[in-house]
Amino acid sequence: MLRFDQIEKIYPNGTHALTHLSLELDAGEIVAIIGGSGCGKSTLLRLAAGLDRPSSGSVSVEDTVITAPHEAVGIVFQEPRLLPWLDVAGNIGFGLTHLPRAERHERVVRALERIGLAGYESAWPRELSGGQAQRVSIARALVARPKVLLLDEPFSALDAFTRADLQHALLALWEASRPTLALVTHDVEEAILLADRVVVMQPSPGRVFKEIRIDLPRPRHRLDDAFIAVERRVLHALDGSLGLARQRASTQANVAVGGW
Amino acid sequence: MARAELTADLVGRPAPAARRARAGGGLAAILSSPLVLGLALPVLLALVWEAAAALGLTSRRLMPPPSAIFATLFKLAASGDLWEHIWITTWRVAVGFVIGTVAGTLVGAAAGYSGLTRRLVDPTLQGLRAVPSIAWVPLFILWLGIFEQSKVALIAVGVFFPVYLGVMGEILSVDRKIVEVGRVFRLSGPALVRRILLPAILPAYILALRAGLGLGWMFVVAAEFMGASQGLGYLLVDGQQLGKPDQIIASILVFAVLGKLTDALLVAATRPFLRWKDGFAPAG
Repeated sequence: MLRFDQIEKIYPNGTHALTHLSLELDAGEIVAIIGGSGCGKSTLLRLAAGLDRPSSGSVSVEDTVITAPHEAVGIVFQEPRLLPWLDVAGNIGFGLTHLPRAERHERVVRALERIGLAGYESAWPRELSGGQAQRVSIARALVARPKVLLLDEPFSALDAFTRADLQHALLALWEASRPTLALVTHDVEEAILLADRVVVMQPSPGRVFKEIRIDLPRPRHRLDDAFIAVERRVLHALDGSLGLARQRASTQANVAVGGW
Repeated sequence: MARAELTADLVGRPAPAARRARAGGGLAAILSSPLVLGLALPVLLALVWEAAAALGLTSRRLMPPPSAIFATLFKLAASGDLWEHIWITTWRVAVGFVIGTVAGTLVGAAAGYSGLTRRLVDPTLQGLRAVPSIAWVPLFILWLGIFEQSKVALIAVGVFFPVYLGVMGEILSVDRKIVEVGRVFRLSGPALVRRILLPAILPAYILALRAGLGLGWMFVVAAEFMGASQGLGYLLVDGQQLGKPDQIIASILVFAVLGKLTDALLVAATRPFLRWKDGFAPAG
């Protein structure tokens, strides 16, 4: 469904964000992408969303190469990015203006019910809590019925209770239409709780270090032995990716010192 | 007017004093109402001025007291002349304001959205912005004659620049993250301007419109110095030529009242569009 093929991304300031990155996400699959800071997780999502272009290689959705934002791809950002001059209904229906008014209204009302905010149509974004605002942001992305939904650390700014609540809400929403989900997160528990596969990235420049399939039945529970065992594997892989990065940085530093 | 005060007006949130007044009632409530508080200073100045004139501390010939000025105003109003002068001046400001606003908004939006357009037009417009209003007068008379077109054009020029600057500058400072939302939903350039950029700058845009309207009232005086036979600017010139300081001051007062009234109308008309705004409400 979503395919990254030999991606290189070098920013104009010379930062080498991604290298030799190839990855494929199947239809309806939930893939969590984790890794240390600076390993290009958000860059990867921006490329998939068509907000940036790779320096070389290609990103495609169902064989359509993504060079600009595409209707098949939706994105939820770390912060809700609601438009403050539109009420909740206006924000959710923002991408549906091509639809007849009645159909747009129906989709918005249904989305509000699904995210547990029925009756909030006329509320202003400033009147919402952080969790409610992020729910609206997820609903805004999902009402457009994308085949691929990208989530860039959508729950990282929320408290633990709200985060757990939203993780369950996200799974429920995903069950309804089963889009492909690419979730960038720093939270290993969250990755295992939600994903079918965890992709561990290593930094400087970013690339795939290891892929771990999560074969646990849903709903998953953090305290189950099987869950904890998978968590250990992921943490081990994460340590490995960071250790490799430290080793590479140290070698580069030695080379640089030798050069002096 | 201070920017904070303008913003507070725009948001339309009643001041704490007004809230207290509504809650308390009675004389204290009336005395602390915005209208009474706003009128307190000019009324006090008028009383001091009247007293100074009565005591012979000022020259009544050069600085007639408020009573003489209001008598002149009533005379002009009773004869119907004042309303004609007010009407023609207001009409000129209104037409110039609409033209300047439309042009300033379109060019400002284009320059804010497109780097190429900005690099092309902004240096020229910034240069023209520095030209004093009075410098346009001979040119506009030459091009457009001494009748209405030249006056309206001068007012439109005065309104254009603050609106242009407000729109262009604010578009450049719109949060990139909000703009990306529009990009994700594949908005075309004009749709991005209409659905993201202009709403995002609305509070600042309204401030720019108010600044433009204020300049419109300033430029109408220069415009009516261009050989007008009607209008409040004409009343000023007429007062100077015939040695009638009461008429000059009366005209200035009418300008002040009209400027304040039209500004209040603009604020009231735009308030419904800013209900979403969550701003600071100053205490006291």
